Amino acid sequence: MSAILPPSERLWWKQPIAGQEWAWIGIAFVWAMIMFVMMVYWHINGKQNLSNEVYKTTTEMFQAKTDAFVKENTIRTETEQQIPVAKANANNEAFLLARLWSWYPILELEAGKTYKIHLSSVDYNHGFSLQPTNINIQVIPGYEHVVKMTPTKAGTYAIVCNEFCGIGHHSMLGRIYVK
Amino acid sequence: MATTYRTCPRTGLQFDLDADKLMRWNAVAGVLWLLVGGITALLVILTRWPAIKLLPADQFYLILTAHGIDMLILWIIFFEMAVLYFASSTLLRCRLATPKLAWVQFWLMVVGGIMTNVAIFQGESSVMFTSYVPMQAAPHFYLGIILFAVGALIGCGVFFGTLVVAKREKTYTGSIPLVTFGAMTAAIIAVFTIASGAAILIPTFAWSMGWIKEIDAQLYRMVWWALGHSSQQINVAAHVSIWYLVAAVAFGAKPLSEKVSRFAFLLYILFLQLASAHHLLSDPGMSAEWKVLNTSYFMYFAVLASMIHGFTVPGAIEAAQRKKGFTNGLFEWLRKAPWGNPVFSGMFISLVGFGFIGGISGVVLGTEQINMLMHNTFYVPGHFHATVVVGTTLAFMAITYLLVPTLFKREMMFPKLCQIQPYLYGLSMIVLSLVMMGAGTLGVSRRHWDMAFSGAPFQYEWPGAAYLMMGLTGIFGVIAVIGGGLWIFLVVWSLLFGKKLDGGATHDKPVPIPDQSAAAAASGTGSEEHVSVPGTVVLAMTLLVCFVLYYFVNWKYLSEVWGLS
Repeated sequence: MSAILPPSERLWWKQPIAGQEWAWIGIAFVWAMIMFVMMVYWHINGKQNLSNEVYKTTTEMFQAKTDAFVKENTIRTETEQQIPVAKANANNEAFLLARLWSWYPILELEAGKTYKIHLSSVDYNHGFSLQPTNINIQVIPGYEHVVKMTPTKAGTYAIVCNEFCGIGHHSMLGRIYVK
Repeated sequence: MATTYRTCPRTGLQFDLDADKLMRWNAVAGVLWLLVGGITALLVILTRWPAIKLLPADQFYLILTAHGIDMLILWIIFFEMAVLYFASSTLLRCRLATPKLAWVQFWLMVVGGIMTNVAIFQGESSVMFTSYVPMQAAPHFYLGIILFAVGALIGCGVFFGTLVVAKREKTYTGSIPLVTFGAMTAAIIAVFTIASGAAILIPTFAWSMGWIKEIDAQLYRMVWWALGHSSQQINVAAHVSIWYLVAAVAFGAKPLSEKVSRFAFLLYILFLQLASAHHLLSDPGMSAEWKVLNTSYFMYFAVLASMIHGFTVPGAIEAAQRKKGFTNGLFEWLRKAPWGNPVFSGMFISLVGFGFIGGISGVVLGTEQINMLMHNTFYVPGHFHATVVVGTTLAFMAITYLLVPTLFKREMMFPKLCQIQPYLYGLSMIVLSLVMMGAGTLGVSRRHWDMAFSGAPFQYEWPGAAYLMMGLTGIFGVIAVIGGGLWIFLVVWSLLFGKKLDGGATHDKPVPIPDQSAAAAASGTGSEEHVSVPGTVVLAMTLLVCFVLYYFVNWKYLSEVWGLS
């Protein structure tokens, strides 16, 4: 196999393929196809698919819509900062705004009901990370993402920001109550 | 053109003296950046370790930005430039095309790297490796990366030029060696990567200067990841090439079938760069159809390529060992492998860690719906420390044990320490990746200074297991830093004080490669005769079983979260 002697077969595309390699390629290919089908299957029969409903927006527009929503649907305020706690409106829609460094407002939902949560940011990228159930969605300024969510269990949930958004990132903690 | 070649008396490798010097300087620059990256790694680890929490928030984010840039870009790409020059000039016994331009590559990358680091350490550019707009860094943060990328592009050009020179001057016959072929795929992907980087970083630089008013935040993420993920494909192509190189040098191994291995490299070019879509699976701006298409059709063909290499590399080693007579049972070939040789042990840990930990976690993370369980959690850095660190960095470390004597003409000092270094570094990094992924599975965020959320209006208490995982991350992170530091120490010490070795005779023309040498093994082409490789089949099937189980376990987890539609 020395390079001073002409190799037996000089051109790689003319060389034969071993049977065991063919078998492995076949298995790996079938597995890739199964993984492909799983994603499509989950869109048909799974209950956890990220919504495709998205609108281009501006930070001003989204701020105004959220303010209007909060004004109409606030049921009480909490903590020293008087953070409003809002219920979903009559159409089961709610707004959740991400900003430096808070989630606004606090939402109060009911288990088993399906809500349309309008999600956007008015400054940087933020990360919606719902804990402890562990759902993670990117929140991008200029895009209003309408995510349909169905809470399964009553409890107090935290929204951690998991996209780096500056020095106060670690203090950006929101809340969702599920009754 | 007057060129001088040196033939290494130990390996038979022939070095064009221009390329020789360029490889040494690029490799050394890479190692120095690894040192900076390693120090920042230690500071990051000691801050995320909840019991220690070393740095204040502003310094933590600054250091984390530096860690990402210095490791993922500066260390790896400097070393890759050395790999490209080696795979072209040395393996083809050919002069390096335009060595003067190659020095422009080197100095642009040096200047760019320093400029970006200056921007970061001035404190106004703590925007992370990804620098998502509208968060803004100082203009010289972007400009440094742009200069560095132009340098890397020139390096790729020199590589392609050298292939042309070798072809024209007929320094080889038939096909180029597999290792050179793999390096060529890396260089082609690099050109695509740098073009994408230019498409996003030049406008971002203009925006930071105030020349452009706005950059769409979603568009930035999409184009940026064509840079951010594709650059990892360069790494994969480069370290898989090094796996084949080590298999050839340490065992005289030939690929089972040249056609399969090369076709798998081609799949990387055709499909892997499109897998950048899997960074956007939980983003609002793309439809589900787009996500499924890009993560299945495109990504799975690239995954197929890695699964093929994961079979053919150990398969080639098994075939070579069986020919030498290690034919008992399924695994005598592996048991009797040179486990005390860090070139081999490092390469094999890289292979297994990349496949079992990095590969499986990457595909699961890249599944459209499952991504919502892990997006931006600590799982993500857990995954890519298994791919980029165990896979790429460890492979580069392993090949360096070969390069120090042959390229730098120094004997490695402290051979006992050299023997344990790949185990110390590789195994601790594998455990580190696993516990990071464990913390991420429990929801812990990446790029986050404080698990206790100090200053927040509410409290959220992570499960105790999450704190345990983060504590283990601290412990194994520190061990990994020690393992990496040990490698830097061994290499630098050997370069400075190691016994000087004979550089070999010089000629003004390439001379025939001595038969039975490492050089002959690395630069030959041709497949192994079809030897049965049952041990490799068992290893591959084990991988598949782990893969299938872990994949479906995650669907089970997903089915338990809130309904989303």
